Amino acid sequence: MLAEKSKPQPITADDGVNAGSRHPRLSLVPAKLESRQWAHHGFPQVQKVLRERFCHQQLPEEPEGVEAQHKHLLELLKRTAIHGESNSLLIVGPRGAGKTMLLKCVLRDLLQDKEVQKNLLQVHLNGLLQTDDRIALKEITRQLHLENAVGDKVFGSFAENLAFLLEALKKGDRSSSRPVLFVLDEFDLFAHHKNQTLLYNLFDVSQSAQTPIAVVGVTCRLDVLELLEKRVKSRFSHRQIHLLSSLTVTQYLRLVGTQLSLPDEFPDAKFAQEWNSSIETLCADKSVEEVLQRHFNASKDFRSMHMLLMLCLSRVSVAKPVIQPADLQEASRLCLADAKANMLHGLSILELCLIIAMKHLNDVYEGEPFNLQMVHNEFKKFLQRKSNSMYNFNQPVVRKAFEHLQQLELIRPVEGSSAKTQSEYQLMRLMLDHSQIMEALQKYPQCPTDVKQWAMSAFG
Amino acid sequence: MKYFTRLRVRRVYRWLGEPLSFNRKLKTYDYGSLAISVEGLPRTTVIHTGQHILIEGEDEDNPYVAKVVRLFGDESGKQKKAMVQWFVRVSEVPPNKLKLLGRDPHPQEIFYYQSRSCDDEVDAESILRPVQVKHLDGASPFPDPAENDSLYVKLSWDSKTFKVVDAAVVESDLSPASSPPPHSRQSLPPSPPCSPPAAAPAVRGAFRHALPTPDPAVIHRAASGEVRYSRATMSAGKARPVEAESLHSATKYSASKCLSAKRRNASARTPGVRKKLELNTPEKLIPPDDLNQLLDEELEKEVMLAQRLSSSPHQALPLTFSLTPLKKAHRAPTALDTITLKPSTVVLKKMSEMDSPPSSARDDSTRATTPSRLKEPRTLKEPALGVLAEVESESSPMLTDAVTPRSSKRKSAQLVSSRIRKQLNLLDNQQDLNSDGDDTEEFIPSKKELQSSSEEEEEDGEEEAGLDSDEEVVAKRSRHAAAGSRTPHSKQRTRSSTRTPRKTPSKKVPPSTPRTPRTPRTPRLATPSIPSRTLPARQPTNVLEEARTRLHVSSVPESLPCREQEFQDIYSFVESKIIDGTGGCMYISGVPGTGKTATVHEVMRCLERATDMDEIPPFRFIEINGMKMTDPHQSYVQILQKLTGQKATADHAAALLEKRFSNPAPRKETTVLLVDELDLLWTRKQNVMYNLFDWPTRRHARLVVLTIANTMDLPERIMINRVASRLGLTRMSFQPYSFKQLQQIIMSRLNKVKAFEEDALQLVSRKVAALSGDARRCLDICRRATEICEHSAADPSAKGLVGMSHVMEALNEMFSSAYITAIKCASVQEQLFLRALIAEFRRLGLEEATFQQVFVQHQALCRVEGLQPVSVSESLAVCQRLGACRLLLLEPSRLGVLQRVRLNISQDDVLFALKAD
Repeated sequence: MLAEKSKPQPITADDGVNAGSRHPRLSLVPAKLESRQWAHHGFPQVQKVLRERFCHQQLPEEPEGVEAQHKHLLELLKRTAIHGESNSLLIVGPRGAGKTMLLKCVLRDLLQDKEVQKNLLQVHLNGLLQTDDRIALKEITRQLHLENAVGDKVFGSFAENLAFLLEALKKGDRSSSRPVLFVLDEFDLFAHHKNQTLLYNLFDVSQSAQTPIAVVGVTCRLDVLELLEKRVKSRFSHRQIHLLSSLTVTQYLRLVGTQLSLPDEFPDAKFAQEWNSSIETLCADKSVEEVLQRHFNASKDFRSMHMLLMLCLSRVSVAKPVIQPADLQEASRLCLADAKANMLHGLSILELCLIIAMKHLNDVYEGEPFNLQMVHNEFKKFLQRKSNSMYNFNQPVVRKAFEHLQQLELIRPVEGSSAKTQSEYQLMRLMLDHSQIMEALQKYPQCPTDVKQWAMSAFG
Repeated sequence: MKYFTRLRVRRVYRWLGEPLSFNRKLKTYDYGSLAISVEGLPRTTVIHTGQHILIEGEDEDNPYVAKVVRLFGDESGKQKKAMVQWFVRVSEVPPNKLKLLGRDPHPQEIFYYQSRSCDDEVDAESILRPVQVKHLDGASPFPDPAENDSLYVKLSWDSKTFKVVDAAVVESDLSPASSPPPHSRQSLPPSPPCSPPAAAPAVRGAFRHALPTPDPAVIHRAASGEVRYSRATMSAGKARPVEAESLHSATKYSASKCLSAKRRNASARTPGVRKKLELNTPEKLIPPDDLNQLLDEELEKEVMLAQRLSSSPHQALPLTFSLTPLKKAHRAPTALDTITLKPSTVVLKKMSEMDSPPSSARDDSTRATTPSRLKEPRTLKEPALGVLAEVESESSPMLTDAVTPRSSKRKSAQLVSSRIRKQLNLLDNQQDLNSDGDDTEEFIPSKKELQSSSEEEEEDGEEEAGLDSDEEVVAKRSRHAAAGSRTPHSKQRTRSSTRTPRKTPSKKVPPSTPRTPRTPRTPRLATPSIPSRTLPARQPTNVLEEARTRLHVSSVPESLPCREQEFQDIYSFVESKIIDGTGGCMYISGVPGTGKTATVHEVMRCLERATDMDEIPPFRFIEINGMKMTDPHQSYVQILQKLTGQKATADHAAALLEKRFSNPAPRKETTVLLVDELDLLWTRKQNVMYNLFDWPTRRHARLVVLTIANTMDLPERIMINRVASRLGLTRMSFQPYSFKQLQQIIMSRLNKVKAFEEDALQLVSRKVAALSGDARRCLDICRRATEICEHSAADPSAKGLVGMSHVMEALNEMFSSAYITAIKCASVQEQLFLRALIAEFRRLGLEEATFQQVFVQHQALCRVEGLQPVSVSESLAVCQRLGACRLLLLEPSRLGVLQRVRLNISQDDVLFALKAD
């Protein structure tokens, strides 16, 4: 009862303090507040505009750096929509390269044409959702609104469904049927369906005088054509659009600038101006350039850049309506943080000692797996030799710590070892690199010196 | 769609008398006559040589007609065979040949068949019953159908021309009256079918609706035959009111009793057998009294009316349910509104036209008994008890309704008939439609007339649309009938409280058993096409667009160049099989895009043209594709559906096909079956392939199977011996196209549209020929080249030819692998990781390393390059990205630093790509 009563009190007190402290602070610096009066109006919009941009909810006006591909794809789909010419095409590029963005841009531009808008039917499939042809066929039927015509009859057997859909597609012809656009996201996964029935039939329709269709596959696998069976491959038109960014560092830096700056049509023009000039100074900063260079070295794709900028943006508040170089550095640090090494900081001394013992075992036995007994022996040797700050823990305690490490997946059992062996003899491998262990040790709070020395010593 | 669930009556065939002679060579005994009896019943039918008979065929409504030339069996007596001379019905002559006749064929006309192309030896057990066939002089008119029920021969047909035929060849050696020995006459009556032999099946056809090819002529004849029949029945029925009365209150009577009584009546009135009947059952022919005569006259009129009516499918007339209204009308005719009137009058007509006399309870059964009667033609005798029971359930309830003195309806009937005639004129339906649907139509009006007339219009349109296949129409109608027939019932019930509720079951029973399995409506409508576009597709406007359209793989070329030899081989193979009426298999192999399927299709087009020109007998072409089915066993379903339109489960379809291909069916046309992507029909037991290749070897199958697959040695590789052996050695392989052929193909497709430079074409064809010889690829590249050309031309009006540069660009786009570009475009760390990987490979001397090992190298390289050292998670992310593009092959990522890494491309490629920077 007491605890319950006492708990709410501090909270309300804290709230009061917070609420109180916020106002006083603002009132303490009236001059600053004055100068940022504009921030109150413009600020929510900044967050909204930039977040939409970074979370890919808003398509860019013009796809960056892929104008040629954009034109190619647009022309191709236009021919399908207007001339009724069947086509098939693959968009290939690494993750985050903007494949879906390109396709969406093209579709947006395509649908601005009234003629296309009236005619084109679209079917969107995703290899992660339609995991086999049966589901895919149902989805196609649903998206083409064919199921209304037959009640639930069409969802009878898989065979009926296939025959039904093929029949429907076969009935059409080039000049009279509405063209259908099939978008197959994660195209490579469709190639793993049994017999590649769906792909064969889609490509076959696209190569015969039936309903005009355009099959657009989106994938990140460069070897996707090798996945196709030869008869499927032969029916594919072999058009591929590769999205491989050839950005240079300077382009990348400029892109970051444009990604962060506000558009001209931003409602609060004054704020937008201020913001954009602040971004310019930010990009000119040496440390910022360094951080961005490092990111550029790691990966050129838009998605990782957006991730970084998103972290920066979330550090911006009404009180601090600009992005400072420190924000970017902090964001970069978060992005590049090593999760495994960070996990080591939370371990107990005993667990850390066990990890060190494992490291020594790895050194001695050249990466051979170990078991609990070996680790415990190694640990005991250390205790006997030079430890003055550590106790000798009981076997059960050590075992518990060992199991905890396994749960954290810092160690994992060797594959193929049967579950029959007693747990203390089960062979394990360490999932950490030495550099990670050493780095963690440096940062570990109040690490006993002798443990540190033990870890750094060349042999156990 | 059609399931044979009906009970079959077992017939027993045995020889009558001692063998006439013995053929030592063939070890066969010749017999003079054959007796057919139905198990469990005492009567027998006797077939003599020289007599005309009906033979069970695929189309059960429309048995084949033939004359027995010889009856013989083997020593054991197990095998009974008959040598026959065939006659063809009008419906069996191809419609396009009928015009050679120069006049409208008479529905009861048959032709003496002279072509050798069909087997004249049949299994005696397929004989149904005797039939009367009369020879007519070429000039003499056909007798009035109302007076005679036999079939008429004027001409012979040798599958090409009609010729006058000599009476001597046709006429039965024995006159029908004298042919059966006295004792057999007793037996014959139960086959009233004898008189309207085809009629009964036709009625059943109407009832069951899913028969493959409802024969218009037969149905027509059936209708007219019935008229006759009904007249006779009517008078007789009237004459014996007591019996009628008793039947009327059928519920009290045992069903079998009712039925047998009915049968007797029915048979008694059959003109064809009347003579015989007189001997044994004189009481059946009690002279009609005056009233009956009067009625008869009226009927006469009605018959004429009905006949006129029958020429329009829409006017067809209703059925049993309307029998009740009749009674109603009798009681209070004034109370009836127009709607009720219609059915009632129409019914009258129907009765007169179609079935036995309304006068008594017999007529009552018009509808209800149809099913039972249908069985008779097959049974020849009283149906076995099982059948009787079934019939009873159907018919007895009806008896209660039908006790209407029919004379009462006269006026209303006339009224409606005039109205109907008016409608008739409006609708102006084709003759054929009318005849094929004659019986079925009787059901339709029920729905139509009870519903609005707009419905009728709609129906009309639908019919026209679906006319291409008769059976569909029939099937559809039947369903209407089923639906419609129920409604009136309920109506009746509300009005006449005296009616017993038993009708409902009566209506429900038949639909549930034979009809439910086939629900043709859904499948028919189950293929809605993609909606048609609101705006028309634009036509190509310039040379390049024109060229692009022509180069699309989908466009059908005027000819198939470069496959003349293969075309010729396949053509002659199939043609010879069709002409000989035999079967065979052929295996066609070749890499994709070498024109296998296209060539076969071209062959079929040519053969079809030849058929039209009468050069070869007609055949059916059907096609299945292993890739277009979900399971090898679905091929049975697809073949059956394409062959007959039936829908069945895989097992059932296999059984039906087995039966179809193994049973002798005279005058069967050859079926050409194309099996594409044969390798996908492989199953563990290979039974699908086995069957496909086994059927052609059957004597009566007349099946030609062309199989297509990619690998040349498929039979040796995947087929077990018994399958490979049946496939035979007729093989053909399509070589990949050479560059000259590819060039020729493009040229012929372009067909003088000047869009390409010569050199450019040659480059494409050489390149493709060197790589795969795939014509599709070649066409795709050319198409892409036209696009590039179009885009590169700055001025859209001055588009030049597609030149070398455009083709080169297209080739690069399609053939170059993206790996090297991908590496060039990779980020710095990704490139470093690849270098580290190669360094590690060299150090280990292996093509595989764990991530941990590579990571050490990676860090070292970073130091060398003066970059900030990477952390494990950074490096791991880089590694995963490369793995996602499949530049690297990785183990599952849960292994973390322990996962093993391999390159997906050669080290040289990687080094080349990295050095190029």
